[in-house]
Amino acid sequence: MSFLANIFARRQQSSSVAKDRLQILLAHERSSGGESGESDLIRQLHKEIMEVIARHVAVDQDKVQIKVDRGSGCSMLEIDVEVPQELSGKRAS
Amino acid sequence: MSKVLVVTSGKGGVGKTTSTAALGAALAQSGQNVVVVDFDVGLRNLDLVMGAERRVVFDLINVVQGDARLSQALIRDKRCETLSILPASQTRDKDALTSEGVARVMDELREKFDWVICDSPAGIERGAQLAMYHADMAVIVTNPEVSSVRDSDRIIGLLDSKTKKAEQGEKVDKHLLLTRYDPARAARKEMLSVEDVLEILSIPLLGIVPESEDVLKSSNVGAPVTLAAPTSLPARAYFEAARRLSGEKLEVSVPVEKRGFFDWLFKRDA
Ligand SMILES: Nc1ncnc2c1ncn2[C@@H]1O[C@H](COP(=O)(O)OP(=O)(O)OP(=O)(O)O)[C@@H](O)[C@H]1O
Ligand SMILES: [Mg+2]
Repeated sequence: MSFLANIFARRQQSSSVAKDRLQILLAHERSSGGESGESDLIRQLHKEIMEVIARHVAVDQDKVQIKVDRGSGCSMLEIDVEVPQELSGKRAS
Repeated sequence: MSKVLVVTSGKGGVGKTTSTAALGAALAQSGQNVVVVDFDVGLRNLDLVMGAERRVVFDLINVVQGDARLSQALIRDKRCETLSILPASQTRDKDALTSEGVARVMDELREKFDWVICDSPAGIERGAQLAMYHADMAVIVTNPEVSSVRDSDRIIGLLDSKTKKAEQGEKVDKHLLLTRYDPARAARKEMLSVEDVLEILSIPLLGIVPESEDVLKSSNVGAPVTLAAPTSLPARAYFEAARRLSGEKLEVSVPVEKRGFFDWLFKRDA
């Protein structure tokens, strides 16, 4: 019966992955007033962080990367800002 | 030279999103730069099928409205670096997609990618027409079943009249992708045959994708079937379809498992 057990084990696996993925996604979509709520928060954070940076450095919007990874329990928000050459040069000297 | 390809059908649930992901990944796996664009505003699913749902920040509407740069909204696939996805908005109204905004984004995408593959929403209304408007090529996803074939015929009519190509007096290059094909039911003549569908729609056949549990398993784990189960029958059908899209001349075969029943069991077992 081992091959049958294997068949069921594999089927179990992909559906339980599906369930985990959905639970994480839906938890985020339901919290903070739906998905738009969460995305709005990320956008707000992005906007304000960029305003602070803009006070010190002129940044090109195309050189700013925003990444999110939603997990169960917590999410990662990653904002990469490419700082212009002149400034990093000035700081170094 | 970059190509804009729309994956469309009229009828819902026939396999457009599955095919967008699988063809996009197959083309990207051959080394070409590919973006898959979700036009199903309000009901996005391409992100889930591609396994990118946790990483969506901005979407097509944000880019169209100028709230985000294209480069900020594109999500690069973690398994295949030549593959990117541009998600649809889950919450906004589809009227937020202006024709001019979409035109600008499509131009920008053409500059960055070899293939821009647009996953159309079901129906024949504005959303489906926006998805097809800029297309050079179309994959018409059809199930061997009467209502699907009828809707495909209507979509072919729209491709010939409501696209930029049509307005310029040119033709969108149309291809038929028959999906959820069940060889056993076809053999029992319970299903329209490939020949029947081709005779009725009279556009060239891009491939025949069998009904397969590998498709479901792949969407469970969030990977196009060509990445999750590259040797499976549906993946092989999609790989061949992708090669035909790239211009190779390959005979289309009806996908049947050539192994015996026990090989099949042991394949599962492995
Ligand atoms: N070859 C196949 N074998 C088995 N199941 C399939 C196959 N192709 C698609 N499906 C399943 O059919 C369902 C609908 O597929 P999909 O979401 O790709 O269709 P769609 O045309 O994009 O739908 P919609 O019109 O709602 O956007 C999904 O559950 C998918 O897993
Ligand atoms: Mg779909």
